[in-house]
Amino acid sequence: MIAVLRRELGSYFKGVLGYLLAAFLLVFAGIYTMAYNLSGYCNNFEYVLDAISFIYLIAVPIISMRSLAEERKQKTDQLLYALPVRLSAVVIGKYLGMLCVLLLPVGIMSLYPLLLSRWGTISFANAYGALFAFFLLGASLLAIGLFISSITESQVAAAIITLLAMLLLYFMSGLASFVSTDSSASLIALCVLALIFAVILQILTKNPIISIGVGAAAVTALFAWHAADPDVFSGLFPEMMNAVSVFERFETFVGGVFDLTAIVYYLSVIAVFLFLTVQSMEKRRWSE
Amino acid sequence: MIEVRHLTKKYGNHIAVDDLSFTIDKGVIYGFLGPNGAGKSTTMNIITGCLGATAGEVLIDGHSIAEEPLAAKKLIGYLPEMPPVYMDMTPDEYLRFIMQARKIPAAERAGHLKTVMEKTRITEVKDRLIRNLSKGYRQRVGIAQALIGDPEIIILDEPTVGLDPAQIIEIRELIRELGQDHTIVLSSHILSEVQAVCDSIMIISGGRLVASDTAENLTALFAGKTTLKLEIRAGREQAEKVLNKVEGIDHTDWYAGDENTVRADIHPTDDQDLRERIFRAFAEADLPLLEMTRIRASLEDVFIELTGAEASPDPAGGDSSGNRKNKKAEKNKDPETDPSKEADDK
Repeated sequence: MIAVLRRELGSYFKGVLGYLLAAFLLVFAGIYTMAYNLSGYCNNFEYVLDAISFIYLIAVPIISMRSLAEERKQKTDQLLYALPVRLSAVVIGKYLGMLCVLLLPVGIMSLYPLLLSRWGTISFANAYGALFAFFLLGASLLAIGLFISSITESQVAAAIITLLAMLLLYFMSGLASFVSTDSSASLIALCVLALIFAVILQILTKNPIISIGVGAAAVTALFAWHAADPDVFSGLFPEMMNAVSVFERFETFVGGVFDLTAIVYYLSVIAVFLFLTVQSMEKRRWSE
Repeated sequence: MIEVRHLTKKYGNHIAVDDLSFTIDKGVIYGFLGPNGAGKSTTMNIITGCLGATAGEVLIDGHSIAEEPLAAKKLIGYLPEMPPVYMDMTPDEYLRFIMQARKIPAAERAGHLKTVMEKTRITEVKDRLIRNLSKGYRQRVGIAQALIGDPEIIILDEPTVGLDPAQIIEIRELIRELGQDHTIVLSSHILSEVQAVCDSIMIISGGRLVASDTAENLTALFAGKTTLKLEIRAGREQAEKVLNKVEGIDHTDWYAGDENTVRADIHPTDDQDLRERIFRAFAEADLPLLEMTRIRASLEDVFIELTGAEASPDPAGGDSSGNRKNKKAEKNKDPETDPSKEADDK
């Protein structure tokens, strides 16, 4: 694990990528700090973090796109399979490497509240709580990016899919408010989801009996449930959309609340996607 | 050392490896030989744990690669078909990374690194980015990677592809040198290479093991099948009359020669030398024998016969020799193949 981590760090920081990303994040952090705190006479550093959370849309795909997709393309993944190292250790090593890339600018940003406190009163608890959540938000997005990188073979595909996933997550809560809370609308949306799931299953297993069976069963179950108790469905789909909105959780920290459930939520997202990454690498050994 | 039992690998409906079983003994250099797509790389990938098998098992020194992958992988150094090198590292950094991943004690690293680099002759490029190295050097870095930690088994998938002839000789020497205290399995589709370095040869075709023996034994299997090529200044009937008197001829293939001459390929029954008898027979009949050449079956013939068209179902010394004989006769009818075959072998 340490060996993989060190290799990753080498590949990010020997070139310019790691520094470029740090500079990129810091430029935006600087601009917003100047606008909000220095020019705007506002003493809330967390507003800056809220404003710059969109840069993850760009930063995450850039950090994560190469990690596993590139290994696969250069066939160096064979080395990782052949070495006497667990795949979970490889994945965690790679993930920690990406976290370090993120940690560099976040670490530098942690100096901002200290600097700002020279000119006014800063609520350090709020500022650092939000910074911590900002880091966790990035960490969970990176876990998603790592997973996407593990299922593709080209960096470009990984970057584009990750960008789309990030965009979807970013606008998820905004979109949720436009979705009808009507119960039949939720039913239709869930049926569409079930069918998409069946299609994915078909692609992965190439077994039409299983995928059609699962899809049909899910749709029937949804209709049966809807017939039995339509109230459950009212507002269900927008709620679900809000539940998967990773960015939305960050807002509570900006509001000054240190939300433990959100921390657990982020850690779970990280754990689930690291697990999925290991599984997708494991699967590749069988179907390659 | 390595035990492969009933290994099968399917890609969808395509069977890449078909119920393959063999044992690899300690301290021997094995050569996997087979045409492209025979399942050599797939088999090697399964042995090293890079690929999962559809059925069957692989035991490395008693450790199943599927059940105890870490214990098994510790014993193997593997060079896949494409050297798995990171382009953004130097050989020095790369090999240090491998040493760390293989958990070589920190105190031994410097010395071990030096030995491995000297063995594979990459010391002079150790501080250049692998991206900037030639294919030959990358291949050597890949081999160096397989030697890290001094594993008992070294598996090399086509180790000399992309090297120039001088480098090929160098790598072969290295492999022979390593073979003194390691078990080595290498794959190749180049026959002469396997013949030059390996103690034992396994011929794989269509995912099956069609022969497994030493180079000498495999050649000896077909040594009996020598062919005598004659050119006689006579009509075919005259010559046939003479040859009918000679004992020990299994059958003869006839070709038209130049004006007034006839050519014949004679297949003796056993491994007997008919040259003298044939000479005397023609001398008695007062027919000029213009040319007589003896052609031995080479390992190349063995290879082509075993892997060609339909591979015979039973390995090596099977009793389908009748079938083989026919194929051989057909092949020899085309005189073009012979010189090219020889050239390839050299």
